Amino acid sequence: MTVKYTEDHEWARVEGGEATVGISPYAAEQLGDVVYVELPEVGKTFKAGDEAATVESVKAASEVYAPVSGEIIAVNDALEGNPALVNESADGDGWFFKIKLADEGELAKLMNEAAYKDFVAGLE
Amino acid sequence: MNRQGRPTSAGAPSPSAAPETFSGNKGLEQDEPLLFEIGRDGICGVDLPAPDKGIVSRLGGLERDGAIGLPGVSEPEVVRHFVRLSQKNYAIDLGVYPLGSCTMKHNPRLNEKMARLPGFGDIHPLQPVSTVQGALELMEELAHWLTTITSMPGVALSPKAGAHGELCGLIAIRAALEAKGDKRSRVLVPESAHGTNPATAAAIGYEVDEIPATADGRVDLAAYREKLGPDVAAIMLTNPNTCGLFERDIIEIAEATHDAGGYFYCDGANLNAIMGRVRPGDLGVDAMHINLHKTFSTPHGGGGPGAGPVVLSEALAPFAPLPFVRRAGDGFELVEDESQTKGENPFGRLVAFHGQMGMFVRALSYMMSHGGDGLRQAAEDAVLNANYILASLKDVMSASFEGPCMHEALFDDKFLDGTGVTTLDFAKAMIDEGYHPMTMYFPLVVHGAMLIEPTESESKESLDRFIRTMRGLTEQAKAGDKTRFEGAPYFAPRARLDETGAARKPVLRYTQPQQPAEAAE
Amino acid sequence: MRYLPLTPADRANMLDVIGAGGIDELFKDVPQAARLKSPVDLPNHAGELEVERRLSAMAAKNVAAGSVPFFIGAGAYRHHVPATVDHLIQRSEFLTAYTPYQPEISQGTTQALFEFQTQVALMTGMEVANASMYDGSTACSEAVLMAFRITKRKKAILSGGLHPHYRAVVETMERFDADADNELVVCPPVIGGAEDLIGKIDDTTACVVVQNPGFFGDIQDLSALGRAAHEKGALLIVVVPEAVSLGLLKSPGAMGADIVVGEGQSIGNALSFGGPYLGLFATRQKYVRQMPGRLSGETVDANGKRGYVLTLSTREQHIRREKATSNICTNSGLCCLAFTIHMALLGEEGFTRLAKLNHESAVKTAEALEGIPGVDVLTPSFFNEFTVRLANPAGEVVEALAGKGVLGGVPASRLMPDNDSVADLLIVASTETNTDADRAAFAAALREVLQ
Repeated sequence: MTVKYTEDHEWARVEGGEATVGISPYAAEQLGDVVYVELPEVGKTFKAGDEAATVESVKAASEVYAPVSGEIIAVNDALEGNPALVNESADGDGWFFKIKLADEGELAKLMNEAAYKDFVAGLE
Repeated sequence: MNRQGRPTSAGAPSPSAAPETFSGNKGLEQDEPLLFEIGRDGICGVDLPAPDKGIVSRLGGLERDGAIGLPGVSEPEVVRHFVRLSQKNYAIDLGVYPLGSCTMKHNPRLNEKMARLPGFGDIHPLQPVSTVQGALELMEELAHWLTTITSMPGVALSPKAGAHGELCGLIAIRAALEAKGDKRSRVLVPESAHGTNPATAAAIGYEVDEIPATADGRVDLAAYREKLGPDVAAIMLTNPNTCGLFERDIIEIAEATHDAGGYFYCDGANLNAIMGRVRPGDLGVDAMHINLHKTFSTPHGGGGPGAGPVVLSEALAPFAPLPFVRRAGDGFELVEDESQTKGENPFGRLVAFHGQMGMFVRALSYMMSHGGDGLRQAAEDAVLNANYILASLKDVMSASFEGPCMHEALFDDKFLDGTGVTTLDFAKAMIDEGYHPMTMYFPLVVHGAMLIEPTESESKESLDRFIRTMRGLTEQAKAGDKTRFEGAPYFAPRARLDETGAARKPVLRYTQPQQPAEAAE
Repeated sequence: MRYLPLTPADRANMLDVIGAGGIDELFKDVPQAARLKSPVDLPNHAGELEVERRLSAMAAKNVAAGSVPFFIGAGAYRHHVPATVDHLIQRSEFLTAYTPYQPEISQGTTQALFEFQTQVALMTGMEVANASMYDGSTACSEAVLMAFRITKRKKAILSGGLHPHYRAVVETMERFDADADNELVVCPPVIGGAEDLIGKIDDTTACVVVQNPGFFGDIQDLSALGRAAHEKGALLIVVVPEAVSLGLLKSPGAMGADIVVGEGQSIGNALSFGGPYLGLFATRQKYVRQMPGRLSGETVDANGKRGYVLTLSTREQHIRREKATSNICTNSGLCCLAFTIHMALLGEEGFTRLAKLNHESAVKTAEALEGIPGVDVLTPSFFNEFTVRLANPAGEVVEALAGKGVLGGVPASRLMPDNDSVADLLIVASTETNTDADRAAFAAALREVLQ
């Protein structure tokens, strides 16, 4: 299992050809209290970088991009009734969707945890 | 000698903790439930005659079945309900309302009286044109004032608000380009722009491209020239801009835009700073909306109605939307349809009927009262008041840019660094001091923005009180008194409201407990 | 100048504090070439009396609706507005407040908007309503765009009974909106008969837009149309041009509407030559995040007390910027307040009775006209407005009636000048404000004009 990150603050936890995707705790904190999450339809396919979901706080709205190409195989329905999960557990129960990887080679373009930490440190 | 009766001295000072009241009211401040909670069956606030039983219905069986669920309330209760609600609102008539870019100036009551003359308020938009010649004359007169103040040849009166005016102006630009067979895809918008600018450009299919700002808060002309190209339809620029600054390079910006074959849309939200001193037509503007509810004092009414006529250059005027007024002999005609046009090429229609007549009357009443001389004086006083605030506060608050400013002074939250007090806290503490906060967190180009627009309606004494208060709050924040800010407002009808909760589980209407109202399946 | 509080001494004193030698220094960023050398060519300031005299002279050239027998409708209606309404909306705290961006000191506005939203939802039979749009026509075009967003389809079918101005506004927005593939199917008007809209719906249809009462005054049950639209995955948009009709007619929600838009002017608001009015906009809960415009929502404050705030604003332009559901910023705040107060006074009993009185008035007017040679009432069922066919072109008849001091309806040709088949049609509205004497005067004048 590996966790990869994008410059748009998505994380992708890869296990057996599938990636679970969410936004980083840093991104969740920047947004503030999350009030609404719009999730993609299961079965839809995205290219890496496509807008796949939307996350909204009171003061901001932000797109969540697919970190890798592939087909959506599951979404986190719990977010619908309880969007606060994104703030409470951005890298755990607050995940957005699972995507079946179309091309594992794309993972090489993403950051590992250390590189992402440096990236965030550079933004402060 | 009468030794009975009430004591007349002030008595003991109030204890520091006010008592809880049984009623929930606090003196003049009355707690007021929803209409739906005070209403009941069997009561009505109007007296209408009983319907005539002898009439044969021609409804074709389409009567509603079942009650609507509206509460019954008597007239005195309705009056009390809305008077109590009104007392929970801040208003310009009550105090300083320095909302930057919103131009909360005095709303003269003469305007209200004029708009309610039966000859204006009680005429139908589809009456025969022969019976509304005075209304068309008023529209033509308003158009004359607007085009003279701006030195622009044309004006479209019908847009219903500022954002609607933007839509009108940009569609006129697109129509003019299309008439030339010129397809363009991009609109350039500065980072500091009001959100309606990019929203409008996107709504009519343009890609929005941001123009960076210089360190002194203005459009970066060199960067702008770089971004220009044969695919740029227009620039949308607010001038004076949302940092309260005049765009010094505006003539060069206009020329560069025109050289590239594009049009210059000016957001006229801040016309109040320059009327009578600078005419947008002399700057190379092609289209500009005028918020009658800002510059020309028609009331904001808690969020509307507005009115957003758009003045247009020679190049764009023929594309102005239907309807428009035209002189015809001694009178006026109303061009409502393309078949009536004479050489014009209207892009279509933006609204039913002819625009915000009620606002036209108010705005013209305001303009006639001021006259050309008074409008210029109003602009000068607005700029003077803003600079007075800037000069009187810049030693304790952090001004974002060197002055002079135009009609509004922009500060950021640097002066609050290390205090633990945010722009929001500071704003809420202003409420306790009896002021409406300034515009906050806008424009987005500075951190924790505080945009103060006093307008020309404030006296020097009023500004001095405001300045003393702001300086006092600043000192207190720097002295580390966080509680006074974090808990603010203490003296408002409500403490801070939970906006997160409101957005997570939206409750957008009243629903009767236990007995949910009839709704769509 | 009575509106400007600074004295010359104040101005001098303030310039000193600023450190400026004169007012011109504050305008130093204005390029030299753009500084106005001489004053603008406009009259100087004027006192109240003088302004009042000049504006009153213009007003006096118009024929006020209340001064003559008056039967004009077609999207704006003359009703009696209780004195309380205009008094309350002129209270300083309502009239001179801005958009409620600081909710702690704007509860008057936010609570009134919440009450407005509830009233509109109840009247239309829908689950949620917004805090108003500019007017009925702009609400209508926003509804079509919303249907495109929800269904992700690109075709809208517009009934021939849609007000021609509303149709024109939708056409403008469709022509210039972001998606070049959007398509409108505009149906021709059908007068006095049924329109086949169901046959036009297919799997690519985003929405069907129907006005009820229609432009010609006709009313119809839209339930079957709603079912047909839903079967194909399309939305039913119902346009209500006369809000008073909701007091008597089956609600759009009960007939399966997905979005209801309307003109709210006729409740609480003056005719005012076409504006300001207010657009009603209601929909189902599940579509609320696709709805344009402001919304007031219930919440609690830090002390647990109930209060109201503008909410779901991430849909709006100030946050979403180019991704907003609409560029709308201003709503019709004060007009909605007038609507809300008038509705509060009416209540269930008053509102339903007012609607009955309107229908009664229109029936009596139809009866008064039916006996006149050369007049043929075409609308089989109607609320407070109907269409008659005249022996002469309606435009000329209306002018002749005006000459006799009667404002007797709207010639269809004024709004459909390119449609020869409507040249002899007159649209007549009649509300509770009309008396039997008005009707008699109208009938007598029409009889004379047609002779």
